[in-house]
Amino acid sequence: MFRRLPDAAVTLVTIAVDGLAVSARAGETVAAALLAAGFGAFRTTPASGSSRGPYCMMGVCFDCLVAVDGVGSRQACLVQVREGMRIETQRGRRPVGP
Amino acid sequence: MSGPLLKDSYELAVVGAGPAGMAAATQAAELGIETVVFDEQAMPGGQIYRSMNETPLRDPAILGEAYWRGAALVEAFQRSAAQYVPQATVWTVSREGEIGVSVGGAVRLLRAKRVVLATGALERPFPIGGWTLPGVMTAGAAQILLKSAAMVGSGRVVLAGTGPLLWLLAAQYLRAGGALTAILETTPRGNLGRALAHLPGFLASGYLREGFALLGEVRRRANLVRSVIALRAGGGDRLTDVTYRTAGGLEVTLRADILLLHQGVVPNLNLAVAIGCKHVWNEVQLCFVPVLDAWGQSSVETVAIAGDGGGIAGAVAAEARGHLAALDAACRLGSIDAAARDRLAATHVGALREAQRGRRFLDRLFRPAKRFRLARGRTLVCRCEEVTARQVRDAAALERIGPNQLKAFLRCGMGPCQGRLCGLTVTEMLADAHGVSPDDIGYYRLRPPVKPITVGELASLPKSEADIAAVERS
Repeated sequence: MFRRLPDAAVTLVTIAVDGLAVSARAGETVAAALLAAGFGAFRTTPASGSSRGPYCMMGVCFDCLVAVDGVGSRQACLVQVREGMRIETQRGRRPVGP
Repeated sequence: MSGPLLKDSYELAVVGAGPAGMAAATQAAELGIETVVFDEQAMPGGQIYRSMNETPLRDPAILGEAYWRGAALVEAFQRSAAQYVPQATVWTVSREGEIGVSVGGAVRLLRAKRVVLATGALERPFPIGGWTLPGVMTAGAAQILLKSAAMVGSGRVVLAGTGPLLWLLAAQYLRAGGALTAILETTPRGNLGRALAHLPGFLASGYLREGFALLGEVRRRANLVRSVIALRAGGGDRLTDVTYRTAGGLEVTLRADILLLHQGVVPNLNLAVAIGCKHVWNEVQLCFVPVLDAWGQSSVETVAIAGDGGGIAGAVAAEARGHLAALDAACRLGSIDAAARDRLAATHVGALREAQRGRRFLDRLFRPAKRFRLARGRTLVCRCEEVTARQVRDAAALERIGPNQLKAFLRCGMGPCQGRLCGLTVTEMLADAHGVSPDDIGYYRLRPPVKPITVGELASLPKSEADIAAVERS
């Protein structure tokens, strides 16, 4: 769906997406890393359960919500990847509480 | 430039580090004003100059000259004494200058004597059937992926809509070696005739050469379909096809992996509306714009608005407007007198006038069609709460309702995006249904927090003994 262009030498980090190891480029957003890894849908909606992925990539549409290191409904397009980060795609509402 | 610790008060707070925000902060800091800049992104530049310092793209020619113009601005901002706070979301500003900001999962409240909002623009809603499917994105989103992550759409990529950004992205994709399956142009046929009245200004502007070079570059190398009057994205869990109809009656379905939509940009007004800055409908740009004086001063005493958030005029104009807002702030803070303000403003007033030449022509040429601004049938208007066009129409048929009653009836506009992706559609649909102007309908009433924050973040605020005693039951 999206592919990486040849680029300047980069630092790679590894994140876990739903338990799978995914290689990402240091400095990029979680949304970019997931799209590059072939994830189209990031979540299903609380209202109807339909699939959603990033739409605006600039923090206004809230369609790229994922859980980051256990915190639900973070905007994947506003969070930068970090080595060892754990990402979970979301089904419906985000769980609240311990 | 950046400091780790936030103070409790500043003379000037700037919200947004795009061209307007960077220029305002640099100018203010130069005049010795204690300035803080909050921005949601990790790096300065806004969306237009996104990743200026660190774009992983190896070939600078892909993004084009207009992008690299921003390098000097970013550099000047980084050298300035303004305190830059990245990855910071401002979720409230009061009329008195109290600011609530979320940084790194914690909330802070602080004060500023004056505030410059430089929140920029966002892409106009493009409500067509299937626009929520994964694989359907905005042209701006694709451009952000290109600038910040050196990524291009692969497989069958379709661009659809109207406006300069659509053409710019097409050219950038082609330069990057990306293939475009089709460009579906929705620009209404009558626009050119209406734009021609403003041709002299356009001819005198820099847009002419840039624009023609861009169009030529794209037309030679892409399958361009003109006069598209209907558009639908198809698929189950993700986009699989795009169906369009032309004014000539041709209906075609294309297989597609990525559909990139664009029909212009509009002011990102949530914070300004929540503060209470007066806005009016602009019938040419088809959006609400704040009421501002020549310096960007809003109807709220402490707040000025600079850049595209004050009405769409582009990055070069935004830079000039940032300077003007900062000079006026300096004057109001007593750092300089009115004579010094006016003297320092002269070059920026000239730059602004120059940058606005040709804007009237572009506004009319790329004015999006009503059929693509008003949604129909089962098309989702509110993406968050999944409210359809039919539901909005049916509610409007019951009685003369406004956008806020629509929230109560349908939850329309009450999801996490807080109307950013449906507000204009709803206002225009209600205005159309009732046969009145969008000014008579108004916009959603917006309240802080203008972006969602968790109760946990709020609870992280420092509390005094008195605060705790005030809410504790004995």
